[in-house]
This record gives sequence, C-alpha cells and structure tokens, in this order.
Amino acid sequence: MTPAVSIRTHMKALIQRDLRVAMRQRSDLLNPIIFLLVVVTLFPLGVGPEMNMLARIAPGVIWVSALLSALLGLERLFRDDFRDGALEQMLLMPLAVEWAVLAKIAVHWLLTAVPLLVLAPLLALLLNLPGEAWGALWLSLLLGTPVLSSIGAVGVALTVSLNKGGALLSLLLLPLLIPLLIFATAAVETAANGLSPAGPLALMGAITVLAVVLSPYAVHAALRVSVN
Amino acid sequence: MLLEANGVVSVRGERTLFNGLNLAVEPGQLWQVQGPNGAGKSSFLRILAGLLPAQAGQVHFRGQSIADVSSQYHSELLFIGHKAGIKPELTAIENLEFYAAIQGHPLTAPPYELLEQLGLVGLEDIPAQRLSAGQQRRIALARLWLNSASLWILDEPFTSLDVSGIDLLHQRFQQHLASGGAVILTSHQALNDLPVQVHTLALEYQFE
Amino acid sequence: MWRWLHPYAKPEATYRLNQKLLPWFAVPGILLLVIGMVWALLFAPADYQQGESYRIIFVHVPAAFWSMGFYMGMAIAALSAVVWQIRTAEWAILAIAPIGAVLTFISLFTGAVWGKPMWGTWWEWDARLTAQLILFFLYLGVLALYAAFEDERTGAKAAGILTLIGTVNIPIIHYSVYWWNTLHQQSTISKAITRLEKPSMAPEMLWPLVVCIFAFMLVASALVLLRLNNEILKREVRRPWAQAELLEEKH
Repeated sequence: MTPAVSIRTHMKALIQRDLRVAMRQRSDLLNPIIFLLVVVTLFPLGVGPEMNMLARIAPGVIWVSALLSALLGLERLFRDDFRDGALEQMLLMPLAVEWAVLAKIAVHWLLTAVPLLVLAPLLALLLNLPGEAWGALWLSLLLGTPVLSSIGAVGVALTVSLNKGGALLSLLLLPLLIPLLIFATAAVETAANGLSPAGPLALMGAITVLAVVLSPYAVHAALRVSVN
Repeated sequence: MLLEANGVVSVRGERTLFNGLNLAVEPGQLWQVQGPNGAGKSSFLRILAGLLPAQAGQVHFRGQSIADVSSQYHSELLFIGHKAGIKPELTAIENLEFYAAIQGHPLTAPPYELLEQLGLVGLEDIPAQRLSAGQQRRIALARLWLNSASLWILDEPFTSLDVSGIDLLHQRFQQHLASGGAVILTSHQALNDLPVQVHTLALEYQFE
Repeated sequence: MWRWLHPYAKPEATYRLNQKLLPWFAVPGILLLVIGMVWALLFAPADYQQGESYRIIFVHVPAAFWSMGFYMGMAIAALSAVVWQIRTAEWAILAIAPIGAVLTFISLFTGAVWGKPMWGTWWEWDARLTAQLILFFLYLGVLALYAAFEDERTGAKAAGILTLIGTVNIPIIHYSVYWWNTLHQQSTISKAITRLEKPSMAPEMLWPLVVCIFAFMLVASALVLLRLNNEILKREVRRPWAQAELLEEKH
C-alpha cells in the first residue's frame, strides 16, 4: 500500500526542488531586476532630472516598471516544467493540483519579489521619492507582488504550450493588473502627500487575498487545457 | 479489476483518433498498446492516466471513475510519459529525491545500490542535462524502484535504452507483476524476450 | 450531463434553433434601427446646451451599453464551455467576441468624436472612457489568445477561461478606475453627459434612445447567431446533416 503523503510534504518537496533549480540558473533571476533598475534610470534621462517632477512621477514609474519587469521573468513559472514533463507529473501528484500550484506561486514570489523589496529603497532614492512614502512603497510592493505572481501564473498557464513569448502574455495580463497599479500608486502618492495610505493599502490587501485564493483554481483549469 | 476503460473516444482537432476503445487490466497483467505513428497510443495512455479528458467513455480504477477518486488513483499510479519529468538542472539523486518524497518513500540515504544497478554510479553529481539520452531515461526509470504504485503506465519506456537497460527493465516488470502490480506500456519493439504473457491492444490509424 | 450525450447531437440542434431564431432578431432589429435612427437624427429636438452634437449618444450609448452586455453573454458561454464542456458554447464565445469588440470600439470612437466639441480634446481620461478602453483590451486579449492556438478547440477553451477571469475582474477594474478618477480630478463637463444619460432626460430624447438600444441588441444578436451558425457549419462540414444543409442552400 502506498503510504499517505501529506499536502505539506508535497509542497515542501516541490518548493525545495524549484528553489534548487532556480539556484542553478541565477542569471535568469537577476536579469529582470537589472532590467527594472535600467528602466527606472531611463526616466530621469527621458523627462529631465528636475527633482520635484521626479518625486511626483516616482510612484507611477516604479510600479509600471515593476509590472513590466515582472512580465519578463514570468514565463519560467511553468515553461521549463512544460518542456521537460515535470508539469505532467505535477498534475499527477496525489493531491489537489491547486496546492501544487500554490507552491509554484510561492517559489516564484520568493525569487522575484524578495529582490524587488530589497531594491525598492534604491529606486525610491533614484527618483527622489519623499521619505514619508518609502514605507508605503515598500508595503505596496509587499502586498502587490503576490498578485503579480498569482495572476501571472494564470496567464502563463494559458500560454505555456504556445511558444509565443511575452507579447501575448502582456496583452492578456496587463489589463487585469490595472486595479493593482491604481491602488498601489495611490497608496504611495497619498503617503507622499503626508496622508495615511491605509485606505488604498487595505483595498490592495483585499485584491491580494482574492487573487491568491482564486488563481490556483484558474491555473489548474488552464493547465488542463495546455497540457494536452 | 484494477483499471477498466469503456468506450473511450478521442478526437484531436477534427480527426477521430479512436472510437470506442475498451481495456480491462487485472493485477499481474502486462498490456502493450500497439499501433502505427499517429494512431493515438500516447493519447490513450494520457486518457488512462487522467491527463487528457476523453470525448466520451469512462475510465474506472478499482471500479470507481478516475475523476472521482483522482487523489487515490494518482497515489497508486506511476506515469512516465514521453517527457519524463526529469529536471535537467538537477542531478540524478536530486531528481530521485524529489520523486521519492512525493511518492511517500523519502530517501534516507542516496540510493547508491540502485544507481549502480542502473549504471549511473559516478555520475551522481552531474546535472542530468549533461548526461546522454539513455542515461536520462535511466534516471526516469529509476522511479520504478522507488515507489509502491500498483499501476505503471509507461510511454515508450525502452526508447534510447541499451540492451542491458532493457534487460533490467524486464526484470523489474517481472517483479512488479509477481507482486500483483500491472503495467500498461507502448513500445515499437516486440516484447518477445519478456518472460511473461503480454496482452496486446492494437490501435489502427483512422482515416475518418 | 451534456457530456454523456452523443458528441455530435448538439451542434445540429443548436444550428436549427439558431435558424429559427434568426429572423426574430434580424427583422425587428433592422426595422427598429431604421426607425430609431431616423427618429433620433431628424425628429428629436436639439439639446439646449450641446446643440446638434449630442445626437452621437444615439450610437454611443447603445454601443457602450451592449459592449458590456455582450461580454456578459460571452461569460455565460464561457462558463458552459469550461464547466460542462459544451462544444457549441466554445464556438459561441468566439462568435460573440468580435461583435463585442466592435461595439466597444464604436463606443470608444464615438466617445472620442463627441469629446472634441464637448471637451475640446479627442481624448479625456474620463472614468467611463478609460473603463471602456480596458474592456476593449480584454476583448482583444480573448481574441488574441484564441488566434494563438493552432488547435481551435484548445484555443476556444483557453479563451473561455480568460473570459471568466476577465468577468471576475471587471467589477474590480470598474471600481478602481472610478476611484482613480475621483482621486485625480473630476472633469466638470463629464457631469453633463451623465445628465444626458440619466432617465431624467427629456422623453422626446429618451424614447429614440431606448429604440436605438433595443435595435443594437437585436442586430448584434442576429450577427452573433449568423457567426455561430457559420462556425457550426464549418466545424461540422463533414457530417451528413451539414452537407445536406449546404446543398440545400445552393439551390
């Protein structure tokens, strides 16, 4: 008889393996972050280095750049697994696939959001974001990145069999991420104006919970269509 | 009855691959699904494994629809497809550690004995992507020694294996069947050398 | 339960039903469209503030109204396709999507044309227009995803899942866009449009608008039925019933 294996064991094994794989392709992890840094650098060069204006556009610039850089690294969420058959094996694991998907999302979040959170103060500095807003920026990234990973997972799951790459993925995902962009930049802006960002951050929190809870089901449905 | 398929229909694109396939697998049986390229052998195996929905028909595991008991079914099923699910960045041992853990037999020590049997000793620190196709296949097939699933579904398990590898696999099949397990596989080779009875299911290419 | 039906029984039945329904949408639709347009453009009075240019609402409002309505129709089709695996529902998604996208485009285009005399600019980041623009992107995403797949069935299923995700998102997008709009500045002129669209508008303007809204729904639905039947025939062309149907139409 096959011994019962708990959900925790499965998720742990998956997370461990994916982290190991990621550590063997470190440049894949670093590139989106460097891209983000370069894009943010382009803005002062493009619109002029006037400090007040930079401070005003900083929340939007940082968040739009973060969205774009997130899209760059997103495909690796399922693409390699699709190619080598690990995705099939994941669908055949004796637990609800949603848990496995959640583990994949968690790994992706760890690998993409943590560097972003570390880098955030540097970006704020480069764009002259007022000190009062740093905390809000950091919190908005902390709350918003799980949404990027989980909604992104749905998009990748839908397109993984296509080999079409980024443009289609961006077209599918960016419209869905607009609410996130709106609330995140609003939170940073209100904080920069010396007001409490609690309202928009609470709305973001609601979106985060919704996205993390619902997206594994959508990913499962999408993978069943893609692995075909 | 371990696994039973009734009237399975598969349509890919606009082409009907097969219409009304039946299969009944008892414990201790080995089934070979035969057919020319494009006849739908892989699709049939994937339907049996629950990876692909059938357009019509049902698959039952121990008398229950596989969709209803998918967790139990998948804990007793070992499926190795065309793409074997071996991560190319990881070593043989790391790959096997993962599968052993999710199959409920976590490795306490690296399985050197098994690796030796499979001719993988000395290669355990090399990422799988730098090994030959046959060696990668051996890593995937090592899973057959590291689990207690009762049903094995294997898509072309002999591909890129050498004679000794095929021999090893035959022995393992025999053990598995003797202990009440069952095997469903596709293969272009005839299984004459296999010292057990081979049941066959032949698919024909359908020209609509 | 549909899954257990014979896989080819459904499309033919749907085709026959559509054939019967088509005239009930097309004939009154075209009639109402002619009546509504003549009424709206020639007989309805000019607006005391906006003069003649307000008449664009007789196209803009119905298109905007049904651009969302047809997305909901697509969502229902997608739900049937994803949950019950009904093949004709998969085709229905793709029959609706371009029609909905065109309606959205019409509403955006007329909104921009209307904006010129009203706001003095072709584009104003007004909450409505922005939400419409995002809806347009959602339609484009569904169409692009479907087009990307070689296998139509897979493409339709993927498009269905994307439609459902979009459906969950639309209320959030709307809320966030309106919230964003109030956060930044409120365009005073956009209240004028709101005034026009409220039921409080004069009945001699309201009635032709209602006629136009109905006409748009009927005509667009007729187009959807035509597209769906076309799709059914295309997919079933090798089935005897479809061939008989095609031969009959030839004569």
